[in-house]
Amino acid sequence: MSSELVLQYLLAGITSGSVYAIVAIGFNIVYSTTGIINFAQGEFVMLGAMTAISLQPFMPLPAAIALAVLITAAVGALVELVFIRRLRRPTVMRMIIVTIGLSILMREAALHIWDERVRSLPYFSGDEISSVRILGAFVSPQVFWLLGLGAASVTLLGLFFRYSLTGRSMRACSANQAAAALVGIDTRRMVTLSFAIAAAIGALAGCAVSPIAQTYYDCGAPLAIKGFTAAVLGGLGRSGSAVAAGLLLGALEAASVIVVPAAYKDAVAVLVLLIILSLRPSGLFGRHDEARLKEY
Amino acid sequence: MGLKGVTGAIVVGLLAVGLESLVRVTDTPFYLTQLTMAAYYSLAALGLALLTGHAGQVSLAHAGFFAAGGYVSAVLVTRDLTPYAASGPVQWLDRLHLLSQRADAFGSMMLHVAPWPALLAALTVTALLAALIGVPVLRLRGHYLAMATLGAGSIIYQLVLGTRLFGEADGLSDVPPFPVLPGLEICGARSGRVGNYYVACGLLVLTLLLFANLMRSRAGRALRAIHGNEEAAAAMGIDTARAKLGVFVLSAVMAALAGALLTHYNGGIGPSEASVLKSVRYLAIVAVGGMSRFLGVTLASVALNFLSLRGYFGSYDDAVFGLILVAVMLFAPEGVGRIPLPFVRRRP
Amino acid sequence: MKIKTIIAMAALTGLAAPAFATDAGTVKIGALFSVTGPASFLGAPEKRTAEMLVEQINARGGIHGKRIILIVKDTGGSPEKAISMAKQLIEEEQVFAIIGPSTSGETMKIKGLCEESKTLLVSCAAAEDIVKPVARYVFKTPQTDADATRRIFEVLKARKLTRIAALSSNTGFGAAGKKQLETLAPDYGVAIVANETYDKNATDLTDVATKVKAAGVQAVVNWSIEPAQSIVAKNLRQIGLAIPLFQSHGFGNLSYVTAAGRAAEGIIFPCGRLLVADVLPAEHAQKALLMKYKTDYESRYKPDAVSTFGGHAYDAILILAKAVETAGADRDKARDAIERIQGLVGTAGIFNFSATDHCGLTKDAFEMLTVKNGRFVLYAD
Repeated sequence: MSSELVLQYLLAGITSGSVYAIVAIGFNIVYSTTGIINFAQGEFVMLGAMTAISLQPFMPLPAAIALAVLITAAVGALVELVFIRRLRRPTVMRMIIVTIGLSILMREAALHIWDERVRSLPYFSGDEISSVRILGAFVSPQVFWLLGLGAASVTLLGLFFRYSLTGRSMRACSANQAAAALVGIDTRRMVTLSFAIAAAIGALAGCAVSPIAQTYYDCGAPLAIKGFTAAVLGGLGRSGSAVAAGLLLGALEAASVIVVPAAYKDAVAVLVLLIILSLRPSGLFGRHDEARLKEY
Repeated sequence: MGLKGVTGAIVVGLLAVGLESLVRVTDTPFYLTQLTMAAYYSLAALGLALLTGHAGQVSLAHAGFFAAGGYVSAVLVTRDLTPYAASGPVQWLDRLHLLSQRADAFGSMMLHVAPWPALLAALTVTALLAALIGVPVLRLRGHYLAMATLGAGSIIYQLVLGTRLFGEADGLSDVPPFPVLPGLEICGARSGRVGNYYVACGLLVLTLLLFANLMRSRAGRALRAIHGNEEAAAAMGIDTARAKLGVFVLSAVMAALAGALLTHYNGGIGPSEASVLKSVRYLAIVAVGGMSRFLGVTLASVALNFLSLRGYFGSYDDAVFGLILVAVMLFAPEGVGRIPLPFVRRRP
Repeated sequence: MKIKTIIAMAALTGLAAPAFATDAGTVKIGALFSVTGPASFLGAPEKRTAEMLVEQINARGGIHGKRIILIVKDTGGSPEKAISMAKQLIEEEQVFAIIGPSTSGETMKIKGLCEESKTLLVSCAAAEDIVKPVARYVFKTPQTDADATRRIFEVLKARKLTRIAALSSNTGFGAAGKKQLETLAPDYGVAIVANETYDKNATDLTDVATKVKAAGVQAVVNWSIEPAQSIVAKNLRQIGLAIPLFQSHGFGNLSYVTAAGRAAEGIIFPCGRLLVADVLPAEHAQKALLMKYKTDYESRYKPDAVSTFGGHAYDAILILAKAVETAGADRDKARDAIERIQGLVGTAGIFNFSATDHCGLTKDAFEMLTVKNGRFVLYAD
């Protein structure tokens, strides 16, 4: 195989990997504060993109995306206030079931609000056929947007969690809810906030992914599985690692296409997830001592 | 304690006879078709109730096991072995009387594995598959277990959808009837409807009895202990890994049995049976029924599947199941049968 | 909702009419469409079309005064529901005929049921297995995959392109097309050097495109009905492959062109004439019918654009209406009448049925189309 071809496969991997990476970030936010894995995260991605697509005829693209992110964040907060918070004696099992139920409801609502047709946002720069040439291989400029937005989200979230009072309170909730409440943190507000932020990040991911992957009512779940795989691969709760893991997952998938029929590409990704979960549930980049505190 | 486990079986048995008499009196025998299908789905739901309700382990792979049972038996009974008739393994199967012959769609004769050995093969394959998945996956808990089983289920879906042997997206058709007793076979023909209904309901009653017995045994107590607190159970000397794997395999085999028999009843199977959304449905049904309460799960399953199969939910079919999941968790997390009614005083 | 109104209308007219004109005044047609679920791309426009056409026929006074009662059931693309609902339609509703299901897998599951109960089945799915071997009561309206493949290979041959890549999605539609591509390639001296199936929910196919590039082919034939067919087009162009891209008749939906944007330019695909109705010469036999369907549908369901899939439901009802018109609502007579239908103008082509041909279309039903400035136009070499 020529070196150009190898590079092209790598760039193919980075293209899909950048999609998984940006979706993965959203999982980590809710997980970091609450220890919940939100099975409806993929639907936030879908909802953000669908909303932006509907707004786009009426305003410039950046405004449509910004508004869609805000609307989705509001939906995220609402979901927590109306459903998650009212869960009596919330066990892990109940959390799982309720977020699965919510994901189905949001998907079906999207089907009946919009319809079954495929839509997409325009490419942020260039168009459907423009690409950037790197040493004889090609990649869509949208990939740089995805990587840029992913890096920006990770950095801003990192700063927020480390230095702002709210962010530190949210981290305290994740470490020990009861203790956080004792020192005067309104833990319930922090949980609502984490859902809103996760929904916002999901919506942003949805908008950035839409030109590449296109958007329809049912597109959230497949994205969520890949995003979750990336999040676990990187070690849950670690957004920076999740981005690296997303890219790695994309590269693995692209490499798998060289040898296995492309029909089994998704199975390869899930297999990676299963292997990681059974061998090293703290993730590739997670630390063991840190992992001991979590419940797998 | 004496009768407690058996009540469910008795209630379901009486209800089955009652419903059949009702449709006989009202001359609406067609309802039995969907009731029979719903009864088979209930077998799978009961298996999941054993795993989730009693052992406390979530599985989102059960549609995959259901499909594994259906697909393996369907492949074996529809794959024409005539071209390999001279080969060693086929001759060997023939000598063991495991093969049978029938005419295919074009009217020529075909040689295939007989339904009974095909069913046994399907159950064995599913048991092995469940063990293969269960050993690594059951070490996980909570969200991780849910996601891992969801992943395993979606691999089965991908395999079914991507493999020519399994008919890819079209699935498999022309599955012949399954002979139960002389004169009684599992198939969709209108003439055998009442018999088929009682076969399905009979299996349901048998399963309820089996499970009631199981729960009163040593193994059942071990499962409950694991559900309560896994570390404590281990400390008491229970081999938790083995117990969990055992119940996982048993519950997968129940799903496979349901899948195989329903495939004979329907005369075919498609990839929709393996989809993750189907697994979510089983979980919804178990949640509505009250997780560990076999009778509740059976009734919820028969009712919901019956309504869904008859198309009463129209284009809101999936939405209904989503709504049920959310509503049950919010308002009746112990199952619909345990909603605290203002006028009913429960024993403490 | 629509069905209820139709039934209500039928009931009202039944009340108003003289007492003796009761059941003889209606024809009950059942419809099994996957309005939701993975095949909603097919089922949703089929449902809309069927409801619209039935309303139109009834508004004109029905078929020889017989009103059509349409009962639509949503199978969600699941064979088990298709089986259950087909049994309901046959036994409880005692329908005269069933149209649909939308997918081949579902159709194959209920074929036997319809045959046994002597209920007419006019399928909206494409697979050849539906009408081969011929079942007495089973017909289908879409053109066959083999004919679509032949039209593509004819163009390849004319342009002397012999090394191709075959891509398909893991759906019934994709699998059926893949089978035909593999079977017919040798007849046209075409070699399939890369043959890939991808997941229907794929988000990016640059890796598959790279594999195509590595294979060094002269053209790509892609066979799918999902959004993925726009993704394929984009990814091939993005990695700098400028070779001709052929799609199947599944590309016959303008939303895929919109989604692929500039990458859609120059895509060649076989399709019924519905999508180019406005540029067909006025004297073309299908022109009037196609324009009527297009304007009716697009004005009623704005902003949804007409697609060939909805057309399959349109044709199914046309065929049944024709059969009832000539032979009345007797199933056996109507069945014979369908086999005698000659020159019936439909959206997919001109139907000529016979006792051995229950599809009724030839490869002439296809026109080769291409995309120019975001619109479908006739392809000319």
